[in-house]
Amino acid sequence: MLQDDARLIDYLRARGVSRRGFLKFCAAMTSAMALPPAMLPRVVQALEKARRPSVIWLPFQECTGCTESLTRAHGATLEQLIFEAISLDYQHTLQAAAGEAAELAKHEAMQANWGEYLLVVDGSIPLGNPAFCTVAGRSSVDLLTEAAKGAKAIIAVGTCASFGGIPMANPNPTQAVPVSEIIRDKPIVNVSGCPPIPVVITAVLTQILTFGKLPELDALGRPKVFYGQSIHDRCYRRPFYERGQFAESFDDEGARKGWCLYKLGCKGPVTYNACATVKWNNGTSFPIEAGHGCIGCAEPGFWDRGGFYDAMSVAHWGTAQDIAIAAGAGIAVGATAAVLARKKQADAGRDQHHSGLAASGPIPAERNKEQT
Amino acid sequence: MTLLDFARGPGFFCAFMIMIVGIVWRVSGLLMFRWRRDLSKARNPGPFTAVMGGLRTVAMRSVPPHELEKNITFQHFTGYAWHIGWFVTFLFLGAHLPFIRSILGFSWPNLPNGILLVITAITLGILLTLYIRRLFHPVLRVITDADDHISVLLTILPLITGIAAFGHWSPLGARYESVLAIHLLSVEALMVWLPFGKIFHFATGLLTRFRLGAAFIRRGVRA
Repeated sequence: MLQDDARLIDYLRARGVSRRGFLKFCAAMTSAMALPPAMLPRVVQALEKARRPSVIWLPFQECTGCTESLTRAHGATLEQLIFEAISLDYQHTLQAAAGEAAELAKHEAMQANWGEYLLVVDGSIPLGNPAFCTVAGRSSVDLLTEAAKGAKAIIAVGTCASFGGIPMANPNPTQAVPVSEIIRDKPIVNVSGCPPIPVVITAVLTQILTFGKLPELDALGRPKVFYGQSIHDRCYRRPFYERGQFAESFDDEGARKGWCLYKLGCKGPVTYNACATVKWNNGTSFPIEAGHGCIGCAEPGFWDRGGFYDAMSVAHWGTAQDIAIAAGAGIAVGATAAVLARKKQADAGRDQHHSGLAASGPIPAERNKEQT
Repeated sequence: MTLLDFARGPGFFCAFMIMIVGIVWRVSGLLMFRWRRDLSKARNPGPFTAVMGGLRTVAMRSVPPHELEKNITFQHFTGYAWHIGWFVTFLFLGAHLPFIRSILGFSWPNLPNGILLVITAITLGILLTLYIRRLFHPVLRVITDADDHISVLLTILPLITGIAAFGHWSPLGARYESVLAIHLLSVEALMVWLPFGKIFHFATGLLTRFRLGAAFIRRGVRA
């Protein structure tokens, strides 16, 4: 039986992970983090010496898809390996304990690792009514605030925790907010996606384990190494976009030939994620490769950015009724302008008439006589 | 709300509504304006004389008049060229067609991007050349007012921002969505300006020529 403070490598050995498997994991993580190959020995050394970090995983308003993404990965994967590398002390879906025992385990883990544990959050937090999402009779805000106090860093897994996600979609009935709206004094890494790519979660944890610091983040708090380029930038269908070859429907000739899905609503050009490079299902493919456009799930407010099947160039121009109202308003303004112009014309004509008479002056009497 | 969300949503809606109100306002205002009866005796009486005269003037003014041919041919035909290029780009770029379909309910095949890129570059080149010429030409400079500057720049801007968006160029480090948003905003600015500036000639140009031709032929003027 290994002690709680045993090194990570000891745990892996005890679990039957070979040296080769460990090195493969390190190499894959080095590559995933876009580190140069020369950094591999450092990653190996760091992970060998690392203690298993305690991880508290709090789920709030979520669908468990993020957990599914990480745990249902195909086969014996790197993503599963990370579960050997961390001490997952609290996770509703995965832990065996339930009820008070589970809560007790969480508090014990928090106390034992105060200031050192990593807090993983999936799901958004409702502010509308504390009862919208409770665990052990406590509100999400309470649980998050309490756990965040002793956390070394917070990893917001999934778009819900990162940006509010689907619970925050209009009209946002629970007044859901992301983690960053509540916790402002702790480093937060947003690993967005609905769900996020498993290896991205793994790599972020590995990065923290290896270097003891958070990865470089973009403006939205996401690791640049995975969210630095758009799906479109790395899409294998990009050449068809450049040539103007688009699928017009999901079953036309263009779709069969693998042409660009821009016209079918692909949000790849405005979505930053590693789907096109890391891919899903053990590197098998990603949505665009499966024939469906990107829905932009790694971006804030993706649910409210128009239809999934509306191209990026489709803008909201209103309805026929809106146009009719606008045309009616136009006619009203035009008629008013015309009435005013007519009045001005009439006044001008009258002035001209009067000034014409004034300029000619009274007709002299003799001339008047002649005329008569 | 991001800049792109604004440009695709409320920004575009407001611009579109202003354009509709403005066009209908100006057209209906013109139609309801007091039309004075011409009391003069018609020099060329006949049932279709006015129509024929109007059409004749429309046709004649669509080519440079012989007397001025030497001076305005360049401007005349480059004017045609950039108008055609502008509309071909707008109507046949693949990315624009879903937008057109969302309004009309139908669309048509797009042109290959390679061809459109050449057309757009030529169009932009002509527009910039004409604008620079306008700035330095001794006569054009005098008759150019603020309306001309705004109209020309608002016509050029969608082309420049469109090329940047199409090529996924990121000037000043802007991301694609920002460049796309700026492109949409530049189109929206053009839409707002459309009914109120000289660009409104798209609605009144031919009608004015026709009306003028009809009046001229009645009075025996050859123009």
